[in-house]
Amino acid sequence: MDWNLIFENTLKGIIGINAVYFAIAALGLNVQFGYTGLLNFGQAGFMACGAYGLGMTAHYFDISFWWGIPIGILFSVLLGLLMGIPTLRLRADYLAIVTIASAEIIRLVVRSVKFKTYFGGSDGINGFSDSFRSLGNDFGIQEADQYGFWPFKFTGRELWTLIIGWLLVALFGFVVYKLMKSPWGRVLKAIREDEDAVKSLGKNVYSYKMQSLILGGVIGTVSGMIFALDRGSVQPDNYSRDLTFYILTALVLGGVAKVSGSIVGSMMFWGLFTFMDNFLRQVAKDPVSIGNFTIMKSTQVGQLNFILIGITLILLMVFRPQGVFGNRQEMAFDGH
Amino acid sequence: MDTERTYGEVATRARESFQDVERIPGARKQDSILTADNVRREFGGIIAVDVEHFEVQKGSITALIGPNGAGKTTFFNLLTGFDQPNSGQWNFNGKSMNGVASHRTAALGMVRTFQLTKSLTKLSVIENMRLGATDQKGEKWWNGLFAAVWKGQEAEITERADELLARFKMDHMRDEYAGSLSGGQRKLLEMARALMTNPTLVMLDEPMAGVNPALKQSLNQHIRGLRDDGMTVLFVEHDMDMVHDVSDWVIVMAEGRIIAEGTPDDIAKNSAVIDAYLGARQGQSLLEGE
Repeated sequence: MDWNLIFENTLKGIIGINAVYFAIAALGLNVQFGYTGLLNFGQAGFMACGAYGLGMTAHYFDISFWWGIPIGILFSVLLGLLMGIPTLRLRADYLAIVTIASAEIIRLVVRSVKFKTYFGGSDGINGFSDSFRSLGNDFGIQEADQYGFWPFKFTGRELWTLIIGWLLVALFGFVVYKLMKSPWGRVLKAIREDEDAVKSLGKNVYSYKMQSLILGGVIGTVSGMIFALDRGSVQPDNYSRDLTFYILTALVLGGVAKVSGSIVGSMMFWGLFTFMDNFLRQVAKDPVSIGNFTIMKSTQVGQLNFILIGITLILLMVFRPQGVFGNRQEMAFDGH
Repeated sequence: MDTERTYGEVATRARESFQDVERIPGARKQDSILTADNVRREFGGIIAVDVEHFEVQKGSITALIGPNGAGKTTFFNLLTGFDQPNSGQWNFNGKSMNGVASHRTAALGMVRTFQLTKSLTKLSVIENMRLGATDQKGEKWWNGLFAAVWKGQEAEITERADELLARFKMDHMRDEYAGSLSGGQRKLLEMARALMTNPTLVMLDEPMAGVNPALKQSLNQHIRGLRDDGMTVLFVEHDMDMVHDVSDWVIVMAEGRIIAEGTPDDIAKNSAVIDAYLGARQGQSLLEGE
C-alpha cells in the first residue's frame, strides 16, 4: 500500500481543479437554494451555457475566444429567464421539475446530430482555449514545465488554470458574502422563510427570485467555463444530472447558506472522493481472496467509492444535518 | 360593559365621527379611506365573499367580525391583492386597487398581518424589523455590493426599528432569532414590522389568536396607539371582549355578506348578529327573515 501516493493525490484532490469548479458552482447554487430557497436542479445546464459559450467561439462563431465569456453569460441569463418566467410564481417544486428538465433538454440538444454545426454533436468541441493558454505563458507559467514541490506538484498548464480558478472562487465568495450581508440578501433570506410575509411588506418577490436564479446561474456559468478550460474541450455528457447532484452534495456537506460551506464543502467532497478512490485502488492491487470470493477487484473501485460516498452523506444528514459550517440553531427552527 | 372608560381626544373624535352614520350594512361614511363595491369571490360553487358595499372610516378602528367561515379572511386577502375576486372593484385613498399586485399595496400605505403569524424565524428580530422598511437602496442588487450607498439609510432604519421595538417592549429580544419568540411575541413582532412600512391603513388578521390574556391588554393598547398616531386600523377578530373594548365601529359578516354595522354597543344588542353567532335559527340561512 503506497500511502505516499494516496496522501499526495488526496491533497491534490482537495485543492485541485475539480474542487475549484465545484466550489464556484456550489456558490451559485447556494445563492439560489441556500439563501433564497429555490430548488434549482439544473445547475449543470447553467454550466453548459458557459462551456458552450466558450466552445462556440471557435466552433461556430469563429471569433476571439474572449467573446465566449459574455456569450456564455448571455446564454445563462436567457436560460434563467426561460426557466423562471413560467415557474417562479408557482410553488418551489415546479421550479425543481422545470430546471432538471431544462438541463437535460440542453444536454440532448447540444449532443444531437441535427445541431452538430452549432454545438459539435456528441464529440463536443475542442481547440478553443489557445488564447487562455498563451495568456498563461505570457504570465511566465509555461504550460509544459513542472512547478511546485511534493506533494504539490503541478504542470504549468494545471497551475495556470488553478490560479485563475481559485482567484475566481475568492472573487465570487466575496461577492456572495457581501451581497448576502446587504439588504438585498436580507430580502432573499426572508423569501426563503415566507414569501407572503415579504410580499405584504411591499417587496416584489417574483423579481427577487428571478434575480437570485440568474445570479446563481451566472456564477454556475463561470464554473462551467473553468471546467471547459481545464479539459480543453466541451463534452455534452459532462453536463448531465449527476453533476448537479454532486454539486448539491458538496454544498450540503459544507453547510447551506454559508459562503465557507460551499467552498470547503467542495474541497471536502473531492478530498474524500480522491482518498477513497486511491485507497480502494491500492487495496484492489493486492486483492484478498476467500475461496472463490475476491474482496475488491479493480473494476469494483468506482462503484464501491460511490456507495461509500452515499453512506457518508446519509450519516452526515443523520448526525449533522446543518453540514460542517451550518448553524445548528437555525436548523432548529425548521419546524416553525 | 366598559362604559366607565374614558377616551382620549383622538378616540373621542373617532367615535363621534360615526354619530351620523346609519346603522345598516354597507353604511356610507363621511371620510372613507377604503371603499369596496360588489366584491365577489367564488370557490367552485361556494360563494365565499359577496360584499355589496363596504367602507372604512379614516382614522378609526374598525372591527370585522363574524362566525367561522364568514369570509373575513378571504375578504382581507382580496383587499390586499393576495387573492383575486371574480368581480367587483375597490379603492384605497381614492385609488382603484383592482389588479394591483400584493406587494404594491404596502408601498401605497396599506399593510396587513396574517392569521397564522409569519415571523421570519431564521432572521433575528431586528432583521425582521429592518426588512419592513420600504424604498431601501440596498435592496437593489446592483447596490448590494456597495455598502457606502446604503449604510446611512440602514442606520436610520435601524434607529426607527429600535424605537418601535422599545414601544412594543421587545427591545430585549432584539438580537434573538424570531423563531425563539413565543406566539404572542411573534404577533407583536409582526405588528411592529408592519409599522416599519409607514402605513396609513393597518389591517390585522386576528391579532389576538393564541395570545395570553396579559398580553392581550397590551396588544389592545398598541392597537389604540396606532389610531392615536393617525393610522386607520381594520382588524378581524373573534374575541368579542376585545372588539368591544378597542373598536370604534364594527362590521359583521356572515356567509360572505355584511349583515350588520354599528358601534360596539349597537352590535352587542343586534339580534341578527346574536343569531349569527349563536345559531338561533338553526338550519335556516342567516340572510333570510331579516
